[in-house]
Amino acid sequence: MSESIEETKTIDETSTLEQQEVEDKVISPEKMEEAKLKARYPNLGAKPGGSDLLRKRLQKGQKYFDSGDYNMAKAKIKNKQLPAAMAEKTEITGDHIPTPQDLPQRKPSLVASKLAG
Amino acid sequence: MAGVGGGGNDVQWCFSQVKGAIDDDVAEADIISTVEFSHSGELLATGDKGGRVVIFQQAPENKSQPQCRSEYNVYSTFQSHEPEFDYLKSLEIEEKINKIRWLPQKNAAQFLLSTNDKTIKLWKISERDKRPEGYNLKEEDGRYRDPSTVTTLRVPVFRPMDLMVEASPRRVFANAHTYHINSISVNSDYETYLSTDDLRINLWHLEITDRSFNIVDIKPANMEELTEVITAAEFHPNQCNTFVYSSSKGTIRLCDMRASALCDKHSKLFEEPEDPSNRSFFSEIISSISDVKFSHSGRYLMTRDYLSVKIWDLNMENRPVETYQVHEYLRSKLCSLYENDCIFDKFECCWNGNDNVVMTGSYNNFFRMFDRAQRRDVTLEASRESSRPRSVLKPRKVCAGGKRKKDEISVDSLDFNKKILHTAWHPQDNIIAVATTNNLYIFQDKPN
Repeated sequence: MSESIEETKTIDETSTLEQQEVEDKVISPEKMEEAKLKARYPNLGAKPGGSDLLRKRLQKGQKYFDSGDYNMAKAKIKNKQLPAAMAEKTEITGDHIPTPQDLPQRKPSLVASKLAG
Repeated sequence: MAGVGGGGNDVQWCFSQVKGAIDDDVAEADIISTVEFSHSGELLATGDKGGRVVIFQQAPENKSQPQCRSEYNVYSTFQSHEPEFDYLKSLEIEEKINKIRWLPQKNAAQFLLSTNDKTIKLWKISERDKRPEGYNLKEEDGRYRDPSTVTTLRVPVFRPMDLMVEASPRRVFANAHTYHINSISVNSDYETYLSTDDLRINLWHLEITDRSFNIVDIKPANMEELTEVITAAEFHPNQCNTFVYSSSKGTIRLCDMRASALCDKHSKLFEEPEDPSNRSFFSEIISSISDVKFSHSGRYLMTRDYLSVKIWDLNMENRPVETYQVHEYLRSKLCSLYENDCIFDKFECCWNGNDNVVMTGSYNNFFRMFDRAQRRDVTLEASRESSRPRSVLKPRKVCAGGKRKKDEISVDSLDFNKKILHTAWHPQDNIIAVATTNNLYIFQDKPN
């Protein structure tokens, strides 16, 4: 490969370089995509398939309900007026400590599958 | 137009049936999550995100129209799993059915294993077509008779009744998986089966629910050192001591249970060497194996990663014997596919009955078939548009770049929300079941 470049070097340098660039792009569209991603998310970690991604996968389904916090909140609410507590009920995540009533009810599908229709 | 098939003749695929709602508004519960033919192919089971199982049965051959292959009609449907909440771990347990595996039929009843993220259940599906009538102490409607009114005795007899198909849970295999179950596989000994989660594989006996043996454990002592997870596992079709499991790093390990009780050390490691100069941010993610399937012969192994299907010869570990590109045009779209999470979609794959053709799904409701013997491939589409009875499916083509020909579809026009993740091939015949998001399509080869 290097031999042929040296031969053509004197004849047509620029077109060879262009060819090399095109070849690079053709050879690795993946690398182009990687550059795009890094441009959009400069803080992206170096290890893509590593621990973070896997741990996110392992923790699928995690909800945050702490019965200790819930009981403490219940005790506090008893001392406050009801309207204040009602206003808080609309928030589900963030500062509001979820109560069992706030968690969306997971009921099984009582309706038959449409495939059986 | 010539199609792809097995056995030398060109197969032309025709629309046969479609199950499910037509409307575009798809309820989450209706998303199909698994499709599986029984060992004879007479039954076809689907599982969905709502935890329900629907079983279809092939109608008996119509003698007057032998050229028309029979249809699949609803046989039974039941709620297999329900949503649960693990309060100890603050973990929501989805009712979604991850896998269904049939047991070979031993008597009149049918058995299948269905699993969600945490619990495997053995279901018995049995038919009832007779009922006892003529009790002495009970009226026909079930009310008890006053014994003092009974003056004569009669022997109750069985009388025919309308067929009723009942599904009952016979075993519940619970509390053996800390992580999420991705696979189950019945052993060829028909007594044991394995269940796999991200880090462990357990071996069960079908009769015993209160214990299971851990046969593979890849959990590192320090979870910070976690680099790979198990993505799928399967028993060898006729060697009851052999199983394989695939990883998120694109490797497959074959284990022999005769070697040791804990199969952490593999007997064979199937891995294709990577060209380090081609390595990118996406390399590992797209090399993650989403499905692994033995051929019916047991000689070959098929793996599906994000962009390709690979066939491995069990006797050669250092590279696959065949590689088929499913949708290579997506390689230049990886950035957006990463952003919309599509790069993590888990496509399954399957063999046809004689191991000559393999099939897998893609986007835009396209699915692909690769004929290994004839070295041909075809792209077909599961859509309502091509759903006229017995209409032949037209091959589809994606235009990767440059000038788009008529009838071709450009990569940018593909609908990435229409994914075909689950497909199944009848064990003997050219009948395939293809699941779109919420519909099940059944295609058959054109009768002569």
